Amino acid sequence: MRPLVIGLAALLAAPAAAEDRPVLTIYTYDSFVTDWGPGPMIEPRFEEICGCDLQLVAAGDGAALLSRLRLEGARTDADIVLGLDTSLTADGADLVLPHGLSPAVEVPVEWSDPNFVPYDWGAFAFVYDTTKVEAAPTSFEELMASDLSIVIQDPRSSTPGLGLLMWVKHVYGDDAAEAWARLAPRIVTVTAGWSEAYGLFLEGEADMVLSYTTSPTYHLIAEEDDSKAAAVFEEGHYLQIEVAGIVKETDQPELARAFLEFMVTEGFQAAIPTTNWMFPAVTPAAGLPEGFAEPLDPADARLFAPEEAQALRETALDEWLAALSR
Amino acid sequence: MAGRAQPLDRFPSRLDHRLERKRNDLPVLDAEVTEAIRSRSALGTGSAAWLTAAFGWGALLLVALLAFGTVLAVLWRAGVEEAPSLGPAGWAALRFTVLQAVLSTLLSVAIAVPLARALARRRFPGRRPLMTVLGAPFLLPVIVAVFGLLAVWGRSGLASQIGGQLGLAPFDIYGLSGVVLAHVFFNLPLVARILLRGWAGIPAEHFRLAAQLGMGPGAVFRLLELPMLRAAVPGAALLVFLLCATSFAVALTLGGGPRATTLEVAIYQAIRFEFDLGQAALLAVVQFALCAGVALVALRVARAEAFGPGLDRPVLRPDVARGLWCIVDRLVIGATVLFIGLPLVAVLERGLVPLLSGLPSAVWAAAGRSLVVALGSAALVLLLALAVALLLDRLAHRLAEGLQGLALLGLATSPIVLGTGLFLVVRPFLDPFALVLPVTMLVNAVMTLPFALVLLRPEVARVRRDYGMLAESLGMAGRPWLRHVVWPRLRAPIGFSTGIAAALSMGDLGVVALFAPPGGGTLPLEIQGLMAAYRMETAAGASLLLVLLSFALFAVFDRAGRS
Repeated sequence: MRPLVIGLAALLAAPAAAEDRPVLTIYTYDSFVTDWGPGPMIEPRFEEICGCDLQLVAAGDGAALLSRLRLEGARTDADIVLGLDTSLTADGADLVLPHGLSPAVEVPVEWSDPNFVPYDWGAFAFVYDTTKVEAAPTSFEELMASDLSIVIQDPRSSTPGLGLLMWVKHVYGDDAAEAWARLAPRIVTVTAGWSEAYGLFLEGEADMVLSYTTSPTYHLIAEEDDSKAAAVFEEGHYLQIEVAGIVKETDQPELARAFLEFMVTEGFQAAIPTTNWMFPAVTPAAGLPEGFAEPLDPADARLFAPEEAQALRETALDEWLAALSR
Repeated sequence: MAGRAQPLDRFPSRLDHRLERKRNDLPVLDAEVTEAIRSRSALGTGSAAWLTAAFGWGALLLVALLAFGTVLAVLWRAGVEEAPSLGPAGWAALRFTVLQAVLSTLLSVAIAVPLARALARRRFPGRRPLMTVLGAPFLLPVIVAVFGLLAVWGRSGLASQIGGQLGLAPFDIYGLSGVVLAHVFFNLPLVARILLRGWAGIPAEHFRLAAQLGMGPGAVFRLLELPMLRAAVPGAALLVFLLCATSFAVALTLGGGPRATTLEVAIYQAIRFEFDLGQAALLAVVQFALCAGVALVALRVARAEAFGPGLDRPVLRPDVARGLWCIVDRLVIGATVLFIGLPLVAVLERGLVPLLSGLPSAVWAAAGRSLVVALGSAALVLLLALAVALLLDRLAHRLAEGLQGLALLGLATSPIVLGTGLFLVVRPFLDPFALVLPVTMLVNAVMTLPFALVLLRPEVARVRRDYGMLAESLGMAGRPWLRHVVWPRLRAPIGFSTGIAAALSMGDLGVVALFAPPGGGTLPLEIQGLMAAYRMETAAGASLLLVLLSFALFAVFDRAGRS
C-alpha cells in the first residue's frame, strides 16, 4: 500500500513542481511547434537558461496570430508573439511593448524596429522541378509570356500570398493591376495556405509554386533530391523577415526580453536553417549547412517598410481581386 | 371504352386511391384508439417520455445557443456603431455560394436517385462492402479528398493522362466545375444512402402486390417510389445544400481564384485578415438567412409518405429482373464504383508507404485524442438526436418541422464564427486549454446532430404510426415495446448516424483550433502542422491513418446497426 501512495503522491507532485517555475507563453504558427519545426529543439535550450517553463502555442499563421491576440485582448496568456512578418508588423505595433534591445542581426535590410526583433528571413521565389521545366523564367515578364502554370496562395489567408501581392506591387507600382491581369492566365489555382499550394505543386498540378528561395534546400538536405530549384528573377525578390515581439499584456516582461535576447544567439539560430528552412537572422558559428541556398544579394532584395506595406495593402488587394475575378 | 381491357397501370392507381380512402377513414372509426396512438411516443408513455421531452428541449436549446448565441457573442464583441453593409465583394460571395450550392445539390440528387434505386433492387456479390464504401467520401477530411480527386481529375491526373493518349488537352478541374465535382463526390454517396433508407421503408408486400398486379417499372416508380422520394429527397437535398453552402477548403483549393469566394471564405477573411468582427457576423447572418430560406422551401415541398407497416420480408422485384433496366442499373453502379473508388484508391496509394514506414509518436498521440473525441461526440449526438427525434414526434406537425429546421441550421453555422464566439463566451470564465476535449466533443455533436436527426426522425415516426396501433391493442408498452418493436427498426439508422457522427468528429470540423493547447491538438491539426513543415509524405501517411480510423469507426457502428 505504501509504495502505491508514494507513487501517487509523486505523480501528483510532478506537475506541481513544474508550476513553481515561471511560465513563458509564446504564440506562434503551426509549423514552428511540430516535431520537425524549431520548437522542440529550442524549448529545452531556453528552459535550461531561464529556469522557466516555455509553452509554445500554435495559433495558425501570421494573420491568425494577430487576430488571436486582438480577440483575447487584456486577458491573453501570451507573453511573446513569434511569427509575424513585415507585412503585418504595422498592424501589430499596438499589441506589443518596445523591446529595448539592439540586436546585431544580418537581415538584408537595415533593422531598427523598436517593437520587433527578427529571427529569420527568406526571399519569395517561384520554385520548379528542373526535370520538368527546361527553361525557367528569369523575370515576371518572361513568366507572363511563357506557357508555364503556377499555383499561388490567397493573400487574404496566407503570408506568402500576401508576400507575392507586395512583390508585384513593389515591382510594378501603379501598373500592378495590369501585371496581375497578365499573370492571371498562368495561375492554375489559388490556395488558402502555403502547404496546399506546395502539395499541389509536388503532385504535378502546376509547373511552379510560389514559395521561398530556400525551398529547394529542404528537398536537397532532407530528401537528397536535387531536382527542385528556385527561379531567380532579375527584378529582385521580395523578402519575408519573420519577427517576434513582447506582448503588451505580459506578466513576465523580463523573461520575455530574455527570450528575445536568446532568440538571436547560437542556441536558437543554429536550429533555424534545417527546421524552419529559412536564413537565420544571425549566421551560426558553423556557417550554413552544406548545400544550403545562397543568401540573396541585398541589392536584389525588395521590401516595403511596414507602414508602407500596411497603407498599400487594401489597394493592392483590390487590384488582385479585380484581376483574378474576371 | 367498355369493351376494351383496362390498361394495367391505370388499375393499380384506382386501387391505390381506394386504399388511400380507407386509410383516411380509419381515424373516424375509432377516435379513442387514434388518440392513444397519437399521444404514445415511440419510447412509450409515462415518466420516461417526460424525461425524453425535457432532454429533447434541452438539446434544441443547446443547438440554438451554439448556432445563434455565438454569432451574437461575436457581434457584441465587435461593438458595431453603424450598420455594416455587405459590399460588392460580399454580394459576389453570396452569388457564387448560391450558384455552386444549387448546382452541387441538383447534380448530387439527380445521380443519387438512379444509384439508390439500382442498389435497392439489385443483389450482387460485394453489395454490402460497396454500401459501406459509400460512406467513405463523405467522411474524408476535405484536403485529403481534394488530393484524391486531383489524382484522378487533376492536370496530371488519370483522366488527363487517358485524355492525353487520345490527344486531348489536360482536363481543367479548377473553377466552378471543380468545386461542383468535389461536392458531388462528397455528397452523392450520402444522398444515396439516405434514399436507400427510404427504399427500405417501402414494405416488401407492396412490391409483391405490384408484381401480382403485373405493374411495370414505370408504374412501380410512380406509385411506390415517387411518393417515397417526395418524402425523402427534400430533406436530403437540404442537407447537401447546407453542406455545400458553407464550403470552405474545397472552394479555396479547387475554385481557381477569388471568383470562387464563398461566404465562408469571406467570413474567414473578415476575422483572420481584417479582424472585422462586425462584417464577419453580418456575413454569418446572411449565411443563416440563405440556409433558412432554402430550408423553408425544402420542408414545404416535403410530403410525408404513408406506406403502412410490412412484415420485413425480402424485397422481390420481378418487374426489373431482366431487360433494359438490368443493364442500366449495372452501368449506374459500375460508374459510381469508378467515380467514388478511384480517388479513394489514390488516397490509399499516397499514404500507404509513409504510413507503413512508421509515423512519429506525436501523430499517434494526436490520433488517440481524436479517437476519444470521436467516441465522446458519437455518444453525445446519439443521445441528443434520439431525444430530439422522440420529442418532435410528439409535437404538432408544423411545430416539429420548424424545430427540425432549426436543428438543421446548426449546419449553416460558420465554424470559424462558432469557434470565435464560443471562445469569447468561455474565455472570461475558464481556461480554454483545459476544455479542449469536452468543447470539441460538444461542438462536433451539435454539428453532426442534423445528420442523425434527418436519419432518425422518419424512422421514429414510422414506428409509432405503423405499430403504435397494434401495440396499443396488445397493451404492449415499456421494455417489450422497445425491445421487440422500436429497437429492431431503429438500430440501422442509429448505427448509421452514430457512425457518421463518430467519423465526422474524427475528421474534426476546425471549430476548435482556438482551443488547442500546446502539444494537445487533434489529428487533423497535426496533419496541418506536418504539411506546413514540408513533410508532405508524412502528412499523407497521417491522413491515411485518419481516413482509416474514421472509416473503421463508421464501419463498426454502421455494420453493428445492419447485422
